[in-house]
Amino acid sequence: MIRIENLSKSFYKGNTAVDAVRDMNLAIARHEIVAVIGPSGCGKSTLLNMIAGLYTPTRGRIVYKNAPVSDVNTDVGYMTQKDNLLPWRSVRDNVAFPLELAGVAKVERSRRADEVIRHVGLQGFEERYPNELSGGMRKRACLGRMLLYGAETVLLDEPFAALDAQLKLAMHDLMLRLVGENRQTVVLVTHDLMEAVTLADRVLVCTRRPATIALEQRIDLARPRDVLNVRFTNAFKEHYDALWDRLRLEYQEDRV
Amino acid sequence: MSTPELKAQGAVPAAETGISHAPRRTSGVVMALSQLALGLAILLMWQGASGRLVDNFFISNPIDVAARLYHWTADGSIFMHIVATVYATAMGFIIGSVGGALLGVWLGVSPFASRLLSPYLNALNALPKVALAPLFVLWFGLGIESKIALAAVLVLFLVFLNTFAGVREVDQDLIDGARLMRATRAQVILKVIIPSAMSWVFTGLKIAMPYALIGAVLGEMIAANRGLGYLVQFSGSQFDTAGVFAVLFVIALLAVALNYAVDAMQGRIERWRIVSR
Repeated sequence: MIRIENLSKSFYKGNTAVDAVRDMNLAIARHEIVAVIGPSGCGKSTLLNMIAGLYTPTRGRIVYKNAPVSDVNTDVGYMTQKDNLLPWRSVRDNVAFPLELAGVAKVERSRRADEVIRHVGLQGFEERYPNELSGGMRKRACLGRMLLYGAETVLLDEPFAALDAQLKLAMHDLMLRLVGENRQTVVLVTHDLMEAVTLADRVLVCTRRPATIALEQRIDLARPRDVLNVRFTNAFKEHYDALWDRLRLEYQEDRV
Repeated sequence: MSTPELKAQGAVPAAETGISHAPRRTSGVVMALSQLALGLAILLMWQGASGRLVDNFFISNPIDVAARLYHWTADGSIFMHIVATVYATAMGFIIGSVGGALLGVWLGVSPFASRLLSPYLNALNALPKVALAPLFVLWFGLGIESKIALAAVLVLFLVFLNTFAGVREVDQDLIDGARLMRATRAQVILKVIIPSAMSWVFTGLKIAMPYALIGAVLGEMIAANRGLGYLVQFSGSQFDTAGVFAVLFVIALLAVALNYAVDAMQGRIERWRIVSR
C-alpha cells in the first residue's frame, strides 16, 4: 500500500542542514495498523507530512499504491497533533466540510454529518463552535470529519497526546472500532509506548533525529482488542518490554 | 457621547469579556448620567466663556449653534448636504473596501504578484492621498464622483493592507487540511483563507470608515456646491462660527453612526468569535 524507499529529509536553516529523516525503508500493507514510536522531535511528524505529500523528500521517494507521491495525497486522512477544525464553523459544518468540498447537497451532508457526530458521541453539540468544546471533544470532531471523508489511509500524529488517561482509553476504543468498520490502513505516530502496543499490528522504533528505524516488532495480540484489559496480559508485557529495551537507548543517550 | 460609541473603539468590550477591573463597576445608568452631566457642564462653560472670556466671533456659543441647527433642520436645507456627504462616503467606502479586499486577497495568495508590485504599492501608500484631489477633480469633475474617488482611494489602501496581512496570517495547517480533503484552489481561498482573514478585514474596515468620511468632506471642501464639507467651508468663509460648529456637530454624529454600522455588521458575521467568550 505504502512503500517508503531510501527516504531522507533535511531542513535548511541558513546554510546548516538539519536531517530529520535519514535512509528510511518501510512497507505498509493494506488494512495494517502501524505505530511509529520515538523520542519527541525525532522526525516522526516529518514522515507523516511526506506521506501526505505536504513535504517533498530530499532524497528517496514514497510510493502510494504504485504511484510516487508528488503532490498532496488526497487518499489519506490526516489528523494532526493540533486539531485543525475551522474555528468559524460549527461542529456540524466542520464534520460536513469534506462533503461540502465534494459538492454534496446541504440537506444530505447535514444528515450524514449528524449520523457521524452521533457515532463519535458528540450529539447535542452540532451547533457549537470549536472554541466552545473541550480538547477531547475537538479530537472527536476531527475523527468524525476524517470518518466522513472516508479516506482509505489514515495518518495520526500523536492524536491523543493532550488527553487525560481515561479519555485516551475511550478514544482508543472508538478509533479501533471505526478503523475496523471502515477497513482503513493506519499510520500512527506517538511517543506513548502503551498506546502503540495497544493499537498497532506492528510497532517501529525510531532513533533520535535523524530518524531511522531501529527496531521493528510485530504485535500478534488478537483482534478485536479490549483496550482496557489487553495491557494486563503477559503477551502485551513481553512486547512492551522488548520495545522499551530498545527505545530506552534513545533516551539514555540524551542524558549523557 | 454615550457608552456604545466608546465601546466601538475596542475589539472586545470589557462588559462582554466578563472581566471587571475595578472591584465595583459603575452601573450603565450611572455612567450614562455622568457622561450626560459632563457634556452639559462643557456646554455651560462654553456658553459662560463666550462673550466674556473669549470673543463670541471666535467660539460662538451653544445656543447660537443649536439655533442654527434648528433653523437648517426646519427649512430642510441641511438634508441635501447630509445626503450628499453620506452618499459620497458610502460609495467611496464600498468601492474602496471591495477593491482593497480583492487586491489584498489576490496579492496575499500570489507571492509572485505581491513581490512584483510591492515597491509600487509602498510608494503609492506613502503618498498623501489628499494630494490626488486636484487630479480627481480634473478626471471626474466638480460633481460627487471626485469625492467618491478621494474617499475610495483612502479606504482602499487601509483595507488592502489589513486584508493582505490577514491572508498572510492564515494558519497553514488549515490550508493543508483542506487540500488533503480534495479542496480546489478556489475552495481553499473561499472557504478557508477568506473566512480566516475576516477579522483582519474588519479591522481594516473599522480603521477605514472615518477615512471615507474624511475623504468625502475634504473633497467637498476643495471644490463642490453641496455636502457638509462645502457647508463648513462656506460658513467659515462667511465668518459664521456658529455655522462651522453646527456642521462639525453633524459630521461627528455621522461618524459615530457609521462606526456603529460597521461594528454591528461584524457582530453578525463573526458570531463564532463572540459566542464563547
